[in-house]
Amino acid sequence: MGAFAYVAPTTVAEALGVLEEHASQGKRAQILAGGTDLLVQLQSVDRTPRTIVDIKKLEEANRVEVGADETFVGAAVASAVLNENEELKQRFPGLIEAADLIGSTQIQGRATIAGNLCNASPAGDTIPALIAIGAVCVIASESGNRELAVEDFVTGVGTNALQDGEFLVGLKIPNPPARTADAYLRFIPRTEMDIAVAGAGVALTLDDAGTCTAARVSIGAVAPTALLVTAAADALVGTSVDDDALAAAAAACSAAASPITDKRGTVEYRRKVVGVLCKRAAAIARDRAQA
Amino acid sequence: MAEAVDYKVVGTRPIRPDGVDKVTGRAQYGADLNLPNMLYGKVLRSPHAHAKIKSVDVSKALAMDGVYAAVSGADFPTAAHGDIGGEGGGDVADVAKNVMARDKVLYHGHAVAAVAATSQSIADAALAAIDVEYDVLTPVLDVDEAMADDAPLLDENCFTANLPEKPDKPSNIAAVMQLARGNVEEGFEAADVIVEGDYNIPMAHQGYIEPHACTATINEAGQATVWCCTQGHFEFRSMTAKLLGMEIADLKFIASEIGGGFGGKTVVYLEPLAVLLSKQSGRPVKMMMTREDVFRATGPTSGTHCKVKVGAKKDGTLTAATAWLAYEAGAFAGAPMGPGAMCVFAPYELENFHIEAFDVLVNKPKVAAYRAPGAPQAAHAIEVALDDLARQLDMDPIDLRLKNAVSEGTQASYGPKFPRIGFKECLEAAKAHPNYTKPLPEGAGRGVAAGFWFNVGMQSSAEVHINENGSVIVVEGNPDIGGSRASMCIMAAETLGVEYDSVRALVGDTESTGFSNVTGGSRTTFATGMAVIEACEDIIAQCKARAAATWGVDEDQVEWEDGQAVPAPGVNADVKPLSLADIAASAHKTGGPLLGRASLNAQGAGASFAVNICDLQVDAETGKVDVLGFTAVQDAGRAIHPDYVEGQMQGGASQGLGWALNEEYIFDKNGVMENAGFLDYRIPVASDLPMIDCEIVEVPNPSHPYGVRGVGETPIVAPLAAAANAVRDATGVRVNDLPLSPPRLLDAIDSAE
Ligand SMILES: Cc1cc2nc3c(=O)[nH]c(=O)nc-3n(C[C@H](O)[C@H](O)[C@H](O)COP(=O)(O)OP(=O)(O)OC[C@H]3O[C@@H](n4cnc5c(N)ncnc54)[C@H](O)[C@@H]3O)c2cc1C
Repeated sequence: MGAFAYVAPTTVAEALGVLEEHASQGKRAQILAGGTDLLVQLQSVDRTPRTIVDIKKLEEANRVEVGADETFVGAAVASAVLNENEELKQRFPGLIEAADLIGSTQIQGRATIAGNLCNASPAGDTIPALIAIGAVCVIASESGNRELAVEDFVTGVGTNALQDGEFLVGLKIPNPPARTADAYLRFIPRTEMDIAVAGAGVALTLDDAGTCTAARVSIGAVAPTALLVTAAADALVGTSVDDDALAAAAAACSAAASPITDKRGTVEYRRKVVGVLCKRAAAIARDRAQA
Repeated sequence: MAEAVDYKVVGTRPIRPDGVDKVTGRAQYGADLNLPNMLYGKVLRSPHAHAKIKSVDVSKALAMDGVYAAVSGADFPTAAHGDIGGEGGGDVADVAKNVMARDKVLYHGHAVAAVAATSQSIADAALAAIDVEYDVLTPVLDVDEAMADDAPLLDENCFTANLPEKPDKPSNIAAVMQLARGNVEEGFEAADVIVEGDYNIPMAHQGYIEPHACTATINEAGQATVWCCTQGHFEFRSMTAKLLGMEIADLKFIASEIGGGFGGKTVVYLEPLAVLLSKQSGRPVKMMMTREDVFRATGPTSGTHCKVKVGAKKDGTLTAATAWLAYEAGAFAGAPMGPGAMCVFAPYELENFHIEAFDVLVNKPKVAAYRAPGAPQAAHAIEVALDDLARQLDMDPIDLRLKNAVSEGTQASYGPKFPRIGFKECLEAAKAHPNYTKPLPEGAGRGVAAGFWFNVGMQSSAEVHINENGSVIVVEGNPDIGGSRASMCIMAAETLGVEYDSVRALVGDTESTGFSNVTGGSRTTFATGMAVIEACEDIIAQCKARAAATWGVDEDQVEWEDGQAVPAPGVNADVKPLSLADIAASAHKTGGPLLGRASLNAQGAGASFAVNICDLQVDAETGKVDVLGFTAVQDAGRAIHPDYVEGQMQGGASQGLGWALNEEYIFDKNGVMENAGFLDYRIPVASDLPMIDCEIVEVPNPSHPYGVRGVGETPIVAPLAAAANAVRDATGVRVNDLPLSPPRLLDAIDSAE
């Protein structure tokens, strides 16, 4: 394992101070949430020395609020905590099912959604789910908090929009309108302990007649970053989310994907499967919204 | 099926003696031993799959603080040629070069140097300071490519063995093997239906959970002790002695508990290095592989290309068959093409056949044994072809196999006449099994396949000590991979006529018990079990002698019944029976402690057959397979401890299904394995598999006192084809190559539409 120093600030200001100090001296500081990506990387691919800044002692990063106007999930909240939050599950079943796909019970005791997002793997499971529900990043910096839509946060494989001295405090999600629901599906060759070959998150709203009035579709693991596929959403809006609409949305996802061939799947395979996942996730979201 | 024999302990399911330590984490595995002043040894591995080594310079590494030893190929004696026995076999010189490359690296990950340092991070830094100059060569990465006329050569001195004449030029084909009988052409002419298939299976790893690890220490007198996880510490001792030019008596090997081996821990990798590093540093040295090392540098099983052709009459009678079987050996000769050739048609009566097999060098890790080495790949080919044949004949696949099944007296395709075997019994049990006729869910498919493995005997030793209260200690020399200590205790208890709980078994080190070949070839419960039984019989003979002396009668006037010495029928002696405890309690007065022993080269290993039924479903839009049910039927001869027989059957089914569905070595064009970890080398996780249903068939092996056949290897032979045949049944599409991974299956389904 690489050499590192460890600090655990207790206020956001203190944390920002540590980041700022390192940035100004050209030294490396890295945020630690659950550490389920970070520790693995520290042991294998990336062993350069650094200061690890643990955010688990920050009150704001531990806050979960399922509020009247919006939902806030602090950046240090472990998936296991989210999985047990009935209100949250009710409101964003797709996001919670994405978080619940990450690792085993033990991993979920540590892993966070924010960590999954900041790690910026093309295959991160919660990212398409967050994009589908229109989640917004709350970013702390010395000049105050700034906000950025999740779809704009990940900038490439393993990179994100955080500037030196900034960190993600939490995620804000607008309240879904009535008869709105989300769903997330990923494909892996096994049942567990695997990395998404493709993933799709869908959120949609139905009117009383069952016609889709709004939709957001996001796909993962088929491009350097998760994509918001407006063409797929457009294929659903104005329909009853019937088979034709699902097929059109699936085709739009396959078209939007720009996957690679690697040990986990081929270009052709990922294109096809991401469409299938979109279709199936949209059908689940539709059924949930109707219920 | 089972013959009515009244056993008291054989066939029961007591708790294994090593269980509590294993489930509480107390058990000591290969990496668990730490010694004062111990150093950490690490290996520098080749970044190229094929290259000449121009030079290796370890001087900078040696000069670093905290580095106490650094070695490369030049520090090893030149090993003589000759065979290393057992399953971990091969040529001594090849094993030596595999452990540490000399003039050439032959696969990515091949060891080129090793260091020992006070910490793992210093050792890592020392490895980075070693200078190696390579002349990079073109790698040869697949069996067909390697067999091509113009293929680059791994070994310029490799002339195909077993040909009538030495070939005039070298090639990558290390050896060929042929088996033939009758007239194949006439056989095919007599056939009403002929099926043919061409099957590719990539390399697969055993996937044992415990990576290789050892600790070695050597003193100034040159006496070394090595603790390691191994399937055979005696053979590790002799390999290490040969590779280092040491006297066998100067090496003591202690086998730790072992977290899986499946054949892969029959070969040395780290042990000779650790001894050499300890010698150079004067300190104990521990070496541990990472999972990545295990994948890149230990022996998986061969990737194969097989072609099979089978002809049959309308009634299903086979008339002729041919097999062409090419096995990747990896970097050095020794692919299991022999067993593959001998197994391919072994379950079937065939008057006309021709089998040709090849041992082919490729720039990949040197293969090692993996459960029934060579058989699963060959069985996949024939069992898929038979499935196609059954479909063409519109015949039940079990009936087709029953029609042609070998039985006692049949001349096996590999030579000898079969003694009593249980293949027909297995087929009948499978056919009668409720799972065979259970309705399938919509869209699901069912596949059937059969499997065969010879099993082996080989050498074993055992001692039985009777404690002063009559309790029993069994000492044997076979690392316990699958519950064998429990089986030894059962056989000892049954033979002596005592309770299971009064018997303990332990695996002695190389200085505490007699020589024993590896735990491999499904031989331990059979052969070492025989040694234990004979050692118990030795105890019984001694007890009878002591009872006779006590009673003042002749030895032949005493019998052993239910754990007691009793007067033989008709002997007029007014005495109380003497139990083992009674005799032990008075042993000091009757000649001293009771110690029984036996050593043998076990003959008459009994072949074990299996029939598997696999139910699965394929998602037509993603190509993903869900295994719904799996039924393993196997002839165990006699299940000494049925839990551990079922454990072998379930484990073999799990590994076989993983191999069939997702496992494969993926190499890039430079020969670098791309999936050297459990994330992307996908062995099944628990939730991927249904409960494997087991039916143990018992057709006793006449050569074993309790009828034992080996059961450890046969279970992995049939699942590959059973799964492939179920996929065919579910989708209507025949996919000949493995693994049946989602991309391959979806592609096949889509192309068939
Ligand atoms: C066994 C196992 C199984 C897994 N399975 C999955 C899976 O199925 N799907 C999946 O997507 N992932 C999986 N993962 C990866 C990992 O668990 C997830 O990505 C997890 O959500 C990461 O969260 P974390 O809190 O542990 O992040 P950490 O490891 O703490 O951080 C990850 C990265 O994000 C940065 N970071 C974290 N928080 C912040 C912040 N607030 N501000 C700025 N930067 C931050 C860190 O510096 C680091 O670079 C698995 C990991 C393991 C070990």
